[in-house]
Amino acid sequence: MISYIVRRLLGIIPLLLGITIISFAIIHLAPGKPTVLQESMNPKVSLEVQQRLEKLYGLDKPLYAQYLHWIKMLARFDFGRSYGDGRPVLDKILERIPVTLTINVLSILLILLVAIPLGVRCALKPGSLFDTAATVIVFLFFAAPTFWLALLLMQLFGIQLHWLPISGIKSLDFEYFSFPQKALDLISHLALPVFVSAIGGLAGISRYMRSNMIDTLNQPYIYTARAKGLSERKVVYTHAMRNAVLPIVTILGLSLPGLLGGSVIFESIFALPGIGRLFYEAVMMRDYPLIMAEVVLGALLTMAGNLVADISYAYVDPRIRYKK
Amino acid sequence: MMKNKPLAAGLAVIGLFTLIALFAPLISPYDPSVIDQNHLLEAPSRAHPLGTDGLGRDLASRIMFGARISLSIGLIAVGIATALGLLFGSVAGFYGGALDGVIMRFADIMLCFPTFFLILAVVAFMESSIFNIMAIIGLTSWMGPSRLIRGEILSLKEREFIQAERAIGASNGRIIFKHLVPNAIGPVLVNATLGIAGAILLESGLSFLGLGVQPPTPSWGNILIESKSTLGVAWWITVFPGLAILLTILGFNFIAEGLKKVFGYN
Repeated sequence: MISYIVRRLLGIIPLLLGITIISFAIIHLAPGKPTVLQESMNPKVSLEVQQRLEKLYGLDKPLYAQYLHWIKMLARFDFGRSYGDGRPVLDKILERIPVTLTINVLSILLILLVAIPLGVRCALKPGSLFDTAATVIVFLFFAAPTFWLALLLMQLFGIQLHWLPISGIKSLDFEYFSFPQKALDLISHLALPVFVSAIGGLAGISRYMRSNMIDTLNQPYIYTARAKGLSERKVVYTHAMRNAVLPIVTILGLSLPGLLGGSVIFESIFALPGIGRLFYEAVMMRDYPLIMAEVVLGALLTMAGNLVADISYAYVDPRIRYKK
Repeated sequence: MMKNKPLAAGLAVIGLFTLIALFAPLISPYDPSVIDQNHLLEAPSRAHPLGTDGLGRDLASRIMFGARISLSIGLIAVGIATALGLLFGSVAGFYGGALDGVIMRFADIMLCFPTFFLILAVVAFMESSIFNIMAIIGLTSWMGPSRLIRGEILSLKEREFIQAERAIGASNGRIIFKHLVPNAIGPVLVNATLGIAGAILLESGLSFLGLGVQPPTPSWGNILIESKSTLGVAWWITVFPGLAILLTILGFNFIAEGLKKVFGYN
């Protein structure tokens, strides 16, 4: 196990190098220096700010020196200051993380709670009415743009039925609420965003679970389990499901970039103060330090997510860690 | 073909949308960009079958012209991604060794970036023209096809017919493009079909955020921008462009399902 972890950790060195090089290339993608472009697009930026930026990126030095300079800043988690309000970029990102994290963790829980039982149920009788109905619904969910579903749900539950608020994370008079009221308020604000962000993963993972479960149920060891007279319940839920659930760990790791990217859209629609909306605002304002910080952090987070998923997969499934 | 219901259904839907896109100037009831102050936000009627938007423009005509933009972005973006995938994947799979290592590590690195973050960052630094959007989506989605093609090539290249080719002295280029790639074409086509659906979804999301296709050029995503401000006032602006996207994505997904049957894998 230790040797597997060490091997995987060594594997991230080229990834780290690559991530920083590509991010660095994006800064220099723009025609001309980023600082000049910044000035021409944003009249608020004075010559003094421009010079400060040039120093920040070390633009007067050759490319390799600029890259090394930037890496040194990254290593200290120094992402510079936002063009918008001059605050350190890292602070702006850190204060937005709880909202995004809450929504994504809740939506992953929702995905697992719904998709795994659904996939298993479909796999037990492929081609049955239940399976067909679930397949149709999953196909529809898969094909609908999430932002469109969000708009439809806002229209239905927010405007026509008045059941749920359609924007923000809490009500204006939140401070005066009692504790249960506060909890209810947060839940009602989070209901639509969590549901909308879960939809894509729900469709994908339930399909995946279904085909995994069908494969597993046809394995010889399942025949053995049945042959020795175990109850169907025990065969399905103890023997088959345990094995079929394992690869989901990896899939969750792989779905991290999708969840992060998706947060840009639905946090903008529901006006939620998370890192997705922060990124959207940064792009609209051409706030380069903020954009770059989010791109690098997004990639590092994805890398870390995959690493954790792989290691936990290897932990639960010994076959993985002995494979070359 | 008649027995392959998903393929037939998918082709019918996509065929219809393709015809609409091709003949939009001939069949659309109105000019999609003509503003009509007397008919603002009108519900669907005989004169305007899908209603009008906040500037009095005919929604049906805008969706028809939007089909041109959305479909061509999907097709060309996936064309770029698949071409790159074929090149990188077949070279990596065929030659193996250091070249394979470098190409696949590069793919791993690109896969670490949330696609939407990467695309938005690039858009922030460049103008978001239709051409740029095609290119950006294409250049950020070649990794899946590359991995797929590499895998196919790896399993094909040890087969007897390839060894026979080698024995009669065929060049590497001939083996790759004449024998390996054509035999791997099934999964590639399925992947590309799904990719078009994905690219159309990406474009609609980008345009919806105002960072994709710029108005007044209509795309399905940017028509939906207005639905945020007309929520509860004009349901047709939300419903119809979204349905167009939904049907198109369903169509491509059905074609992909059908192709899987044709090529005999699941």
